[in-house]
This record gives sequence, C-alpha cells and structure tokens, in this order.
Amino acid sequence: MAASESASISRPEILGMMLPIIEHAEVAAHVREIVLYAPELTEGVYPGQFVHVLCGSPAALDPLLRRPFSIHDADPSSGRVSLLYEIRGRGTAALAEKLPGETLDVLGPLGQGFTLPESATQPLILAAGGIAVAPIYFLGRRIAETVGCRRTTFIVGARTECLLGCLDKFSQLGRDVRVATDDGSAGYHGLASGLLEQCIEETGAAGPLVYACGPMPMLKAVAEIAKAHGLKCQVSTEAKMACGIGACMSCAIKVRSGDSSQYVRCCKEGPVFDADEVIW
Amino acid sequence: MTGRLAVDIAGIRMKNPVMVASGTFGFGKEYSDLIDLNMLGAIVTKGTSLKPWEGNPPDRIAETPAGMLNAIGLQNDGVESLITEKIPWLLKFDVPVIVNIVGTTADEYVEVARRLDGVEGVAGVEVNISCPNVKEGGIAFGTDPAMAAEVVAAVRKVTRLPVIPKLSPNVTDIVLVAQACVDAGADAISLINTLLGTAIDAETRTFKLANITGGLSGPAVKPVALRMVWQVVQAVDVPVVGIGGIMTAEDAIEFFLAGAEAIQVGTANFVNPGAALDVIAGVDAYLERHGFAHIREIVGAVRSPTDGGKGD
Repeated sequence: MAASESASISRPEILGMMLPIIEHAEVAAHVREIVLYAPELTEGVYPGQFVHVLCGSPAALDPLLRRPFSIHDADPSSGRVSLLYEIRGRGTAALAEKLPGETLDVLGPLGQGFTLPESATQPLILAAGGIAVAPIYFLGRRIAETVGCRRTTFIVGARTECLLGCLDKFSQLGRDVRVATDDGSAGYHGLASGLLEQCIEETGAAGPLVYACGPMPMLKAVAEIAKAHGLKCQVSTEAKMACGIGACMSCAIKVRSGDSSQYVRCCKEGPVFDADEVIW
Repeated sequence: MTGRLAVDIAGIRMKNPVMVASGTFGFGKEYSDLIDLNMLGAIVTKGTSLKPWEGNPPDRIAETPAGMLNAIGLQNDGVESLITEKIPWLLKFDVPVIVNIVGTTADEYVEVARRLDGVEGVAGVEVNISCPNVKEGGIAFGTDPAMAAEVVAAVRKVTRLPVIPKLSPNVTDIVLVAQACVDAGADAISLINTLLGTAIDAETRTFKLANITGGLSGPAVKPVALRMVWQVVQAVDVPVVGIGGIMTAEDAIEFFLAGAEAIQVGTANFVNPGAALDVIAGVDAYLERHGFAHIREIVGAVRSPTDGGKGD
C-alpha cells in the first residue's frame, strides 16, 4: 500500500518502547486521552496506523494481552503522541489507572495507514463511529496540514451526545463537522451511515472520497453506500488481536483474492483497506 | 551467553534450551525487527500443511483470565511456500528451525515431512497431532495412542530429520500417548498443546469464538503442563520439551526441574516480543546464582516435599 511505502525509513519498522505518560485525562464519559512523549514514533507514523499497548503492569498476568489503539494525534515538533480510548473492558480499565509520570510499554507504529488524497480540490467525507474518532481526527489533521483539502466534511456518530467529547478539535481543523446520535440527543437522529447518505447527496456530482473508521457493522454500511454511489472509500477495520505484528493470524479480515477470497491480517495488511476489497 | 546453556535435543544442537513455540512466532520474520533471532535456542514454525489452509472465520481469539483461547484453524500458505520463501529467508540466521507439520490425514503429514527431508535450514519436524481447531486431523491423531503412533511411525519412515510429536493435553492419560509415540520412533516429545475450552459473552449471550471452541494457552495452563511434563518424563527415555504458559525464567526453570530438557515460550511472545530472550537471560542468571555449571544439572532435579530438608 502506498502509505506504508512512503512511511518506511531506514530503521526497524517496529519499535518497542517504554514511553513516558505526559497527560491522561477524561474527555467525555468513559473516554480518556493519554498523551505519551515519543519523538521517535511521531516521525514515521501515518494516520490509520496503531500502537499495541501493554495496559496492565508488565509483570501482571491479567489482563494478559496487549490492546491495539489507533494513533489519535502525533506531533513531531513536540514529540507528543496521543491515544483516545473508551473504557470498555479489562484492558482499558487497567490502562485508565495509569498516571502521568509513569511509563507505558508500547509497540509501534503498526499496520497500514490511510492513503491520503492527491489533490486539494478533492471533496472528502471522513466518517467516525464512536471512539473511532481517534484515527479520523489524526487523518483530518494530516490532510489539512499536507494536502489541504478545502471541502472536507467530518461525520461523527455516537450512541448519545455525551460521547462526543472531542468535537471542538474537529472544529479547530476549520471544517464542516456533522454529528449523528443514535438517540437524537444531538445532530442527526440516527446512524452515522444515514448521515453519510445525506452528505453525499449534498456534495452532488463532485464525488467525495470517503474515509471511515468505526465498528464493523458501520463500516459495512458505509462501504455499501460508497459502492452504491460509485465512490472510492477506505475503511479502518478492527479485529481481536494478539501479537499485533503479523505472527499469530488472530486478526483475520476476509478480503477478495482474484475470484476467490482469503483471510489477511488486520494488523499487517490492514487495518486500513479499500472498502471494496473487504468481504463484509 | 555461556556454554552452560547449550543443549542437544534429538540431535539438534541449540545454544540454549529456549525455543519459541509454533503458532506464536510466525516464521520468525515478524519478530526479526524486534529481537535478535540468533539468540534463540530454536524457532518452531507456524503449523504447515501440504496445501494452503484458509483458517477459521473470526473472531479467532478471546482473552480469558490469565490466558487466551485461540481458534486460528492453522491458516498457513502450505509447505511449498515454506520451502521456497520462509526457510531460505531464515538461512541468514544462526538458529535451528524446527518445522511444525499438520495434516488432515496421516498421508498428508507424511507428504509434508517427505518434502522437508533434505531441505537446507530445516533442523527437525514437530508433528502437530494436537491442534484442537481443525475439523479433521490435528487433535484426532493426538487423542488416540494408536493413531498417534501411526502418524509418528509413518513420518519417521520418510525423513532423516528428528521427529518430535507435539502432544495434546486433552486426553485421559498423556503417558500412554507419549509412550506410543516413542515406540513409533519419536526422537523427542513436545508438550503441551492447548487445552480445549470455550468462552461466552454474557451480555450478548453469544459464544466469543466463531469456531465456538478454541485452545487455551497462557499462564492459566502452566500447572497442567508442568504436571504432564513431569509424568511423561518419568515414563519415556527421549528428551521432553516443556510447553505451557511459560512467561518468565522462573516458569522455565520449573519445567527444567520437572525434567524437561528444553522448553518453548509461546503466548508470552504476544505480550512481550522479547519474552524468550528474557527467559534465556534469566535461566543463565539462575544457574550462576545457584552455582550450577550446566543446565543439565537442574533437569529433573525437583525434590519431593516429603524428602525432608528444603535447603541446599
């Protein structure tokens, strides 16, 4: 994938690091942002790539496995790397206990990121479902700073208004930000995919490029909508993952392979795929 | 590292008795960015079949208390890809490579073994008669001593390489299976593969694995593995390779004390890519600290608590 080729530089592809925690704060109910000092990581990282984090203490046997987190932001000038996560299970609950000043055991950057648009005149729709705002923000920021697409619409879907913790940031990117909530407590009443349909119609004949990250059912719906409108679409998938570096074959995603199909690794060939490549 | 860790397992000379377990280390390449593969005792490859296998649908894993269930289904690219790409890539490293072989029939195991015989860079075959996640083959061979013996004997006939069956713990009496394998010509015995289990999501009232059942690994299985290693060591006269929940040097040493001549680090690789190297360094430090001149001095050296005196 183009993104990974341009991301490869002369050093080990993956770094194993103990990173100092600079900040760790709640940004919405059950949603935390953890900021790490990681200058090495900020340089080669692409939006859509992730890090694999040991959430418990290194000697703890439970929760056992690392957890993958998309990069939410990376700033080479300050060396800051930020992860945004929702406290959902044992891993994220353990991570939530970490304090600034402590260190975090991190592998990364991992996986293939998004391929950026080529032209500043290209209209874009960037859609995020729930906590998947994490990589979508980083993507939006990187596009704004490099390609500079002027016609960018962000769609942020959440179960309810209180999950929409980091919307200010999106607005700071100076773009059109639309909100969908399952319960109608803010913005469009319904799923992010429903709002996507509406936005595509508004964009008209221009044919936006669609980027999406969220739960697999949302991505499936987004992929179907993009296909129906003949739009190019990249999705960042998720899968249960063990090693995170391509060895264990746990994080299988079914993709087209000629006339047939095959399982590839979310952590290695993904997490970002062209939507029409994935068999939903 | 000193020579006090060097071992010979079924004719395979290793710098140390710490290997990485099949299925947890791919074919080495994935880890080569993170650790020096030359430091390992041996690499045991991902299970390899005659033709490519697609593997099971996701979800393929579920974390459990101090462990994990997997139902990967032995997804692999087949033995030709192993011979033409993966093994040649590993030639630049000074580390023995043991190929874990799988099949749906005894003939398939035989054919994979036959193709590996004489391939430069292959030091031995580990015969996986214990994978619980494929419909045919795998565990079916490992839960019946007669079938286990049949596969081992057939593989033995077609290769000059050391033959190391990997046993399933999902049996009534693992000693019977081990003895049958040794009688059939096994040069060493690896144990244990994963314990059959399942996991259910209470909130969604759904099985967590698409395959419904999977193999349990990680620290949770260590006591079972340690017991089985100790039992098999008493019953057979070939080297026993201990596997099951080894996270630290202390865990590894427990297996050596139980009688294992080598060990494999598995699930720990997922948590800490340097786990095997940490184990090697820790075992060496243990020998130093206790004044042992060689690892063999602690193999089988566990004492009964009723023997009296616990001090040196």
